[in-house]
Amino acid sequence: MSDTTIKLSDAAIRKQMLADFLFYFRQNRGAVVGMWVFLGLVILAIFAQVIAPHDPTQQYRDALLVPPFWQEGGSTSFLLGTDAVGRDMLSRLIYGAQYSLFIGIVVVAIALIGGIFVGLLAGFFGGWVDSVIMRVMDVILAFPSLLLALVLVAVLGPGLTNAMIAIAIVYQPHFARLTRAAVMGEKEREYVTAARVAGAGTMRLMFKTILPNCLAPLIVQATLSFSSAVLDSAALGFLGMGAQPPASEWGTMLAEAREFILRAWWVVTLPGLAILISVLAINLMGDGLRDALDPKLKRS
Amino acid sequence: MIRFILSKLLYLVPTFLGITLIAFSFVRILPGDPVLLMAGERGISPERHAELSAQLGFDRPLWVQYFDFLGRLFHGDLGNSLVTKKPVMAEFLTLFPATVELGLVAILIATLIGVPVGVLAAIKRGSWFDQVSMTAALVGFSMPIFWWGLLLIIFFSGILGWTPVSGRISLVYFFPDVTGFMLIDSLISGQKGAFGSALSHLILPSVVLATIPLAVIARQTRSAMLEVMGEDYVRTARAKGMPPSRVIGVHALRNAMIPVITTIGLQIGVLMAGAILTETIFSWPGIGKWMIDSISRRDYPVVQSGLLLIAGLVMLVNLLVDLTYGLINPRIRHK
Amino acid sequence: MKMLSRILIAASALAMTTAMPALAKTFVYCSEASPEGFDPAPYTAGGTFDASAHPIYNRLVEFKKGTTEVEPALAESWEVSPDGLEYTFKLRQGVKFHSNEKFTPSRDFNADDVIFSYQRQASADHPWNQYIAGITYEYYNSMEMPSLIKDIVKVDDYTVKFVLTRPEAPFLANIAMPFASIVSAEYADMLDKAGTKEDLNNAPIGTGPFKFVAYQKDAVIRYAKNADYWGPAPKIDDLVFAITPDAAVRLQKLKAGECQLMPYPAPADIAAIKEDPNLKMDEQAGLNVGYLAYNTTQAPFDNPKVRKALNMALNKQAIIDAVFQGAGQVAKNPIPPTMWSYNDAIADDVYDPVAAKAALEAEGVKDLSMKIWAMPVQRPYMPNAKRAAELMQEDFAKVGVKVEIVSYEWGEYLDKSMEPGRDGAVILGWTGDNGDPDNFMGVLLSCASAQPGGANRAFWCNQEFSDILSKAKQTSDVAERTKLYEQAQVIFKDQAPWATLDHSTQYVPMAKNVTGFVMSPLGDFTFDTVDVTE
Repeated sequence: MSDTTIKLSDAAIRKQMLADFLFYFRQNRGAVVGMWVFLGLVILAIFAQVIAPHDPTQQYRDALLVPPFWQEGGSTSFLLGTDAVGRDMLSRLIYGAQYSLFIGIVVVAIALIGGIFVGLLAGFFGGWVDSVIMRVMDVILAFPSLLLALVLVAVLGPGLTNAMIAIAIVYQPHFARLTRAAVMGEKEREYVTAARVAGAGTMRLMFKTILPNCLAPLIVQATLSFSSAVLDSAALGFLGMGAQPPASEWGTMLAEAREFILRAWWVVTLPGLAILISVLAINLMGDGLRDALDPKLKRS
Repeated sequence: MIRFILSKLLYLVPTFLGITLIAFSFVRILPGDPVLLMAGERGISPERHAELSAQLGFDRPLWVQYFDFLGRLFHGDLGNSLVTKKPVMAEFLTLFPATVELGLVAILIATLIGVPVGVLAAIKRGSWFDQVSMTAALVGFSMPIFWWGLLLIIFFSGILGWTPVSGRISLVYFFPDVTGFMLIDSLISGQKGAFGSALSHLILPSVVLATIPLAVIARQTRSAMLEVMGEDYVRTARAKGMPPSRVIGVHALRNAMIPVITTIGLQIGVLMAGAILTETIFSWPGIGKWMIDSISRRDYPVVQSGLLLIAGLVMLVNLLVDLTYGLINPRIRHK
Repeated sequence: MKMLSRILIAASALAMTTAMPALAKTFVYCSEASPEGFDPAPYTAGGTFDASAHPIYNRLVEFKKGTTEVEPALAESWEVSPDGLEYTFKLRQGVKFHSNEKFTPSRDFNADDVIFSYQRQASADHPWNQYIAGITYEYYNSMEMPSLIKDIVKVDDYTVKFVLTRPEAPFLANIAMPFASIVSAEYADMLDKAGTKEDLNNAPIGTGPFKFVAYQKDAVIRYAKNADYWGPAPKIDDLVFAITPDAAVRLQKLKAGECQLMPYPAPADIAAIKEDPNLKMDEQAGLNVGYLAYNTTQAPFDNPKVRKALNMALNKQAIIDAVFQGAGQVAKNPIPPTMWSYNDAIADDVYDPVAAKAALEAEGVKDLSMKIWAMPVQRPYMPNAKRAAELMQEDFAKVGVKVEIVSYEWGEYLDKSMEPGRDGAVILGWTGDNGDPDNFMGVLLSCASAQPGGANRAFWCNQEFSDILSKAKQTSDVAERTKLYEQAQVIFKDQAPWATLDHSTQYVPMAKNVTGFVMSPLGDFTFDTVDVTE
């Protein structure tokens, strides 16, 4: 990604970058494991309807709080047991993967797009535009993210959509700052000046020329945000401000299960474990991505 | 140096004004009317509604209310809670020590474990210790702490019965608040066993709250150490035959600590967010739980002032981190 | 707990050797909410009254334990003038106020304290009306005291006369409510001079069975036995409220012996509590009702037969099972069965979808679609309105009525559900304040309450029903009032402005060795008669 790469053809650059990336990524065992787990989650989410043995909202009134099959009283028709109103835990967990992935994707998409746009504006125009935008970002960052998200959700009304919007707004400044810094750094480089001299318009400069050159840190930040979004939306659900029952979102499931904490370990333990595993997988992958994409930030 | 501090402070003014605006406006566009909530199922006549709104000052235009809010802020008056009718500042001050105590112990745990683990992992890079501790750190970093807290309660309070379920100290102990910090007050009281009781109540919540900062600090320390150890002067020292322990102790550690201190300082925001969840799970009478309760009760003055105080605090700590950084590293000052 | 028992053992050993007085008896109550303050007048939450009005204060008259009947307290006796407009109270003599570090009463309780306690709420010009900025007296206002009390006259030091503007039978029940607690005028004077008026709320002085000792916000409240109490002395020496908002944690603490009694267990835990050999549990129907109020001003819901038919389509037992997990009972009347004048002779609508469908068709109602409003919050009378609404949706679908469920933020819900012309039927309920039937039927179903600012969410104005209520309100003879209210319930059932859904059951789990706790139909928690046996 140094200046000299400009001399190579685009296709060659891409090929070389991809090869580098794959080489570094494969070296990181954790990242590979994380990726497989993540792929597994994606498959679970996409094919939930086929895989899940039961409808996640179907209440089996004669099978309340049935323990997992290996425990006494458990049954193989509910492999991981049932919850307080007789819904199959396994099916709810599988469907829960849909929520988590959906939340992660939507939050990152909104935050990324918003952040890039704002960051490009600030970085490219500078001056008072930059000052105003960056002060606003500072203000948002001054609040602990979960607290601000909580207040935002209270403003918008509890629910999954609003929780996602709130989290995205809270994450957006990170992307804006990264983009701005990258733009400021790249703006004066030769290739940009060259493009400008060649008559490229402002828009084209921003999106076609500068942006691709600051993608690496953004991708790293995006994976980080993905896992944080899963965690934070679960926390909002846990506090009763996220997805609303009977949604099988993992945090909401945990909130509903709290009262059974000492009676039915599975309704409390399993949703949390699902959150931990998916967040861990994404973080492992994120570590690998960062190492592979940005050797400067490389840790080991 | 003074100019540096002044410029930093000046830079904070618009941010702080922005914070007041956000705190005020977000809270005011919250749907729901506290007067209606007070009336409940009974309903309230339009006349009485108007009377109460006027008494609470909610009938004036929003911008007037905002400037009133700002004006009173400069006199240190944050208004009264709609629920308890007591000054928000007084309530904040009675609850704040509980959160600070929890947060300090958590950051202490995180630092005392995180830094040595990170240093050791960096020195023994690639060893089983490095791999195990960094995997553990990543697990900690990925932990939904509200669930983690529940698990610890199930195990240590439910199954083993080692720790109390909630609260700050056993009810058999009773002594006046001196500092508001239970650990210190229990010592001052001189009551036998009080300190142990306070400590046993504090242990689970602070471990839960420390989890994420601990993971971040361990990872950050390790990478800072690795970076420093790769720098020329360390290599030179090593090549000159300086014993490795001295190289690490004198050169690497000291220089690696700068980013680590920054990291520790920046954990304050993380801690505040964590405190909301931790305090909810453990019924810990602190700021986090207070905010959650006040949001659901639409206690406007508490929510907006609470937001302001918390954001102000985060800003202050960030400023201190900045300043320390500037002190340690003069280059930054002149940038 | 180990620590506690170790201390107890050590202390009792010490007591034996040195013949010190027996160890103080401490009772810990795991309360569910922080008190808003300790002056009962400006607040409205039950949890606040349990921490203020009941342990610390007394009223002129009070509810007899375990009932909603009024009995003498700080007033030894009273007389009502024949026209029902004057109530003359003879005050109890020799009643001592508590003392604390800064205050020692120089005189006993007398008429000045009564007048002070009411006037500060009644008159906006009273120097103590706004002793905390922004304070309001919601109960005093909502019980219509400002328009009811014309004057309070001090006849002599131990006689007070209340002059009313109209005869009002529930008046005595009203002044037995927490907001009418008697505070010390002498203490107020002292605070005024010291410039610490807010201590009336923070360091309360009353005449009640327990003295306030200390409060750590959101954590612990401590009380000590009032040795000079005018009534039967409390059995316990120290009363402690351990504030524990989470029901699961409360139960855990009760099981661990960290407290002896708790309110509001989670419905899911009730079966387990019943089986626990170390715990016992009292239960009683709560003083509340949950209902579905039709908009009786809109077609086809203005037709009582249509409303009746819809009521027949509801499987209310299914709601009790699914929403209350059994911790409730089906309601047939607008008042709960623990209240006097409850008309048990009334038969509830029988669940019969086939007949309901036929009845709807007979009224020419076809392809009806309606909205059901489900509130967003948990209330004692309805722990999960959305789940209840889903069940109703299913029930109504069976008789060919399509239902759309709507919800709003709680404040908005309360407001919009009272807007005339509201579209749809509303799930809501009521928890009684003072055990008077008028506090249910008058507040929720009279013509007057169908106006803006009222709480009649069926907008139901039946002149006959309303006239009976006003008549009952002006009669002080309880037997006659009972008859009138029974009659009113017949009209209500016949006209069916609501589908009466449920009365929740209140459970109070406690340690096996707790004795003397009496459940209050009003939902109060009082500890002056409570004892713990070893």
